[in-house]
This record gives sequence, C-alpha cells and structure tokens, in this order.
Amino acid sequence: MPGAIHAEGLVKTFGDVTALDGVDLDVPEGTVLGLLGPNGAGKTTTVRVLTTLLRPDSGTATVAGVDVLEHPDEVRRSIGLSGQFAAVDEYLTGRENLQMVGRLYQMRARAAKERAGELLERFHLADAADRPARTYSGGMRRRLDLAAALVVAPPVMFMDEPTTGLDPRNRQALWDVIKELVSGGTTLLLTTQYLEEADHLAHDIAVVDHGKVIARGTSDQLKARTGGERVEVVVHDREAVAPARAVLARYGPGGRGPDDVSVEEHTRKLTVPVTGGAKLLAEVIRDLDAVGVEIDDIGLRRPTLDDVFISLTGHAAARAQEDGNGGGLQRKEPAA
Amino acid sequence: MSSLTDTAAHAPAPRGGIAQSFSDSLVITKRNLIRMSRIPEMILFGLIQPVMFVVLFTYVFGGSMQIGNSTDPDVYKNFLMAGIFAQTVTFATAGAGAGIADDMHKGLIDRFRSLPMARGAVLTGRTMADLVQTALTLLVLAVVALLIGWRPGYAAPTDFGKIMLGFALLLLLGYAFTWIGALIGLSVRTPEAATSGGLIWLFPVTFLSNAFVDSSKLPGWLQPVAEWNPFSATVQACRKLFGDPGLSPSDAWPMQYPVWASLIYSVLIIAVFRTLSVRKYRRAEG
Ligand SMILES: Nc1ncnc2c1ncn2[C@@H]1O[C@H](COP(=O)(O)OP(=O)(O)OP(=O)(O)O)[C@@H](O)[C@H]1O
Ligand SMILES: [Mg+2]
Repeated sequence: MPGAIHAEGLVKTFGDVTALDGVDLDVPEGTVLGLLGPNGAGKTTTVRVLTTLLRPDSGTATVAGVDVLEHPDEVRRSIGLSGQFAAVDEYLTGRENLQMVGRLYQMRARAAKERAGELLERFHLADAADRPARTYSGGMRRRLDLAAALVVAPPVMFMDEPTTGLDPRNRQALWDVIKELVSGGTTLLLTTQYLEEADHLAHDIAVVDHGKVIARGTSDQLKARTGGERVEVVVHDREAVAPARAVLARYGPGGRGPDDVSVEEHTRKLTVPVTGGAKLLAEVIRDLDAVGVEIDDIGLRRPTLDDVFISLTGHAAARAQEDGNGGGLQRKEPAA
Repeated sequence: MSSLTDTAAHAPAPRGGIAQSFSDSLVITKRNLIRMSRIPEMILFGLIQPVMFVVLFTYVFGGSMQIGNSTDPDVYKNFLMAGIFAQTVTFATAGAGAGIADDMHKGLIDRFRSLPMARGAVLTGRTMADLVQTALTLLVLAVVALLIGWRPGYAAPTDFGKIMLGFALLLLLGYAFTWIGALIGLSVRTPEAATSGGLIWLFPVTFLSNAFVDSSKLPGWLQPVAEWNPFSATVQACRKLFGDPGLSPSDAWPMQYPVWASLIYSVLIIAVFRTLSVRKYRRAEG
C-alpha cells in the first residue's frame, strides 16, 4: 500500500533548467521524511508539486491517498504547508492571519478564533498577537507561518526549511512541536540542508541533488555510508602523536589498527571514525590520560551535509549555487 | 492546552458551491478592507483625485463649454457631474489591478492556493473590497458636488429612488471595471505595471464619450464610438435618472435606453472578465 505521500517519476523543467529529474518518494503514514539537499537541488520544487502549487511536466503523486493532479482540491483539505518563505499577510495581525486561514479551511468563526488563540500561545506569539505581522521579526514571521500551517491539524504536513531563521530556543520548540505532531499520527515531509536536523527528526532521509534522489535510508544507514561520527583530538606536542594514535586505534572500526586513524602532523590533529557517540569521549579522554598524553582539544565530529555529498557523489555540495538566503547562518550544529 | 493534532481541529468538509464561494470571498474581502484601513493614505489619495477633477473641470471648462444650446456654466456643472462620477468609479480598475499583482508575487498567494478555498475567492474578495472603497469615494464626491452647486432635478424631475438607481449603476460599472483591472493585474509582473496599465486605456474610454462634452459636437466619425461606448451608457443613464441637463438626443440604442444598456454592458463585462481572470489565476504558477 502506498504511503501517505507517494510520488513517482516527477519531472519539472523551467526553460532549460531541470528542477526535478524523476523524483520518487514514499512516506509511510505517521512517519517523517527528511528531504536533504543543497541549494537548487529541487527540494522546494518537490514540495510545491506535492502541495498542488505546481504541475509537474510528468510523473504522478498521491497525498493522503488522493491524486494530486486529478483532485487538487481534495488534497488541499488534508495538507498543511509552511513554505520556504513566510506566507503571511503583512498588514494583518498575527491573530487575524490565523483566523483568516481557519475560515478558509471552512472552520466556523468561533472555532477559527479559538484555534488562533491556542496556536499563538503555542508559538510564543501571544504578546505580539494583535500587532500587524509587518512589525514581526523574521523568526516571529516564520513561527506565524508554521502556526498557519497547523490551523486544522492536517494529517499530512509539508515544511520547507522550517528552522531556517529560528534561534536555538525556538528551533528546539519547533522540534518539540514536530515530535508532538508525529506522535499524534501526522505524516510529515520536511526539507533541510542540515543532516543533524534530519537525523534528529526524520525516520527516513532522502538526499536530493540536481533534481534526483541520490540516496535514501535511515540516518544510520546514511551515516554508515558516510563514515559516521569521528573523534578528533589535538594533542599538545608532537611527541604525543604516536602514543595518541595507538590509543585511538582501539576505538576505530577495527581491522586496520593505527591505519584507521588519520593524522595531520603539522596541526597535531588525529581523527578516528567511531560509533557510540558522546559517552565514548569520556573513555577516550581517560585512556589518553592513562598513557600521559596531554590534549589541547577533543571533540566528536558528526558527518555534515558536505560529508554525505562527498561520499555519495564524489563532489562537494554545489556551493557555487548558494544564493545567500540566510542558510549560511544556520551551519552550526544544534545541540544534540 | 489542547493538542496540535486534535482531531476536533481537522478541516470540516467544504460546503462547496455558491455558499462556500460567497463565504470565502467575504473572508478575503474582510482581509482587504483591513489592509486598506491600515494604509489610510491610499484611501485619501483615492478621494482627493476625483474631488480635484470636479473642481478643475467645473471652473476651468465651465465657462467655455456648450451643452445643447447653452453656454451657461451652471448647465455645464450639472451636466458634468454624472461624467465625473462615472470616471471616478472606473479608476478603481487601477487599484484592483495593483493589489492583485502585488498579491500574486508575494508568498501569501501560495498559502491561498494550498487551501481548500473557492477558486475565485481571492479575486472576488479583492474586487468586493474595492467596491466598498469606490462607494465611499462616490459618497464623498456626491457631497462635494452638492456643495459646489450640483442640483439633481435641474433639467427634469427626479426622485430619491431614481437617484439611488443611478448610483447603483455607477457602482456596478465600477465593479465591472475592477474585473478588467484584475485581468491586467494577473497579466503583468509588477504592481507598478498594473497601475499604469490599469490607467492608460481609461483615458480614451472615458474621454471618447459623452462624459465631459456634448457628444453631438464630436467629429462625425467619433459620434458612434462615443454613443456605443459602454461608459457613455452609464453616464447617459445617470443624467436621465438624476434629471441632469445635456441628454444625448442620439438614436443609438444605448442612448435611447441607457439604463438597460448600462446594466447589460456591466453584466457582460463582469461575465467575460471574471471568467478570464479566474481562469488565469488558476493557471498562474508561482
Ligand atoms: N519558477 C522558477 N523558474 C525558473 N527556475 C526555477 C523556478 N523555480 C525553481 N527553479 C530552478 O529549479 C532548481 C531547483 O530549485 P528549488 O527551489 O527546488 O531548489 P531547493 O532545493 O529548494 O534550493 P534551496 O535550498 O536554495 O531552497 C533551481 O535551479 C532553480 O533555479
Ligand atoms: Mg528551497
């Protein structure tokens, strides 16, 4: 049985740009799919096709069991959309915006009003609820837009880069919202440029590049293909490199002994792929201490989008296409 | 606090059909009226312009215009008002076009297009909000006209009902023209283009008519153009209903039965341009 979101062979070209080049997706009901890819990969275009905003040149898609191309109106009743750029009326207040959306989902005026109040509380906008959205900060607008997408508790949700522009507190709050949605049975497709985020929220990840899904799987499966986590150690002096290497080799994937550990002599940096996460760090520190190695820095490095790309395509994510939509500010890893 | 996935908050089944079309349009009308009220300078400029026209036309051309056999400035003043009223309502075209062009290029249109709302409601709501604004402008203009000496019943008897019918025809004409504006707004890339595109064609339409001059004094080849101009029909209808001087004596059907002609023209314009606009809206891809 096809999932709550199902797409086959979606193709969309704009002039001579091929935005989608045969995208296949399947998101089982009640799960989260993270669509991961660099700028221009086709994430937004995919979301727009699935939310009835754009007709593909070819291919088929169903959402909540309904054909997107044949019955767009019916699909619209079952979906909530938070697009890449906040879709709110600047001159209406936050409350008026949400009430309007509720009314257009055919809710009664009373119900729309109550729901607007709840969502404003929920998204920390109660204080600004009666100010025109024009006076909101970028993050507030983003939250209002997310609230608008949740007005009717739709069974299928689409979020295009939902955390772009949010500060850490609000990002965490949004992650909580997403987890609550999923535990309530909502199916979610979210796009992101950050593997950490997909890792944290999504059951499955589809990596897109140049309009194609180039890899899919759970985050563990992808990480396995990418080399997973690494421990990075910077030792205090050169003489410590060799003993440190011997210690770190014990944590490596095994088989190759010290060869598992890569060394940058001039920066005194040693890197070893590991599995086991943060609790491993304490052990590594203890073991290094036991052999008398003094360290300047130690850290757990997670695979980044770049790592995934390098391992999947042999080339780095196409940075040349970066269009400066603010994504660059979000590169920091969120606290795990 | 209730849950985000509360099934009580699932989308109710759409009522569909006319009832939903109507209620969705009202929601959008309200949205546009709130916006207008938060940009009051727009309403103000909308009011100043026609008032300026009335005053300028009355005092600049008033003394040199011949209506029928009369050059009395008072006759011209009473003749002119229906023309200015009609010209004013047509200017709503530009506002509607700019508003829709603006909407189409903002992210909000994606929100609307992903909601289970009636197809024409975004456009209908906008045109209805413009109708409210036009009514307000017309009211102010009528007061100004009365203040500077417009006297309904100057040339022929009239009554309150007829005067109201005249204003109703004006509003209907204005509403019809906002749908032309809507189509222009959907066809251009920027609100600025919609404003100028919405205005330029209004000059020939409103001047090649009986609005400001006695159409029987136009060059021969222009007379049929002016007499069959939909805009002229409404002007003639208003003059007839208001009891203003200067009715065109032409045999052309719209001049003989101007109330019917005005009604038919406006309904036809709405039918054609609403259909084209809604179709264009649905095809537009962001
Ligand atoms: N309306 C359009 N007209 C022309 N080209 C378009 C249009 N929309 C998208 N494209 C092109 O299609 C490609 C995919 O764009 P898309 O917006 O789907 O990328 P994305 O993965 O969402 O990127 P980002 O991370 O920057 O948001 C890009 O090359 C883009 O330039
Ligand atoms: Mg995008």
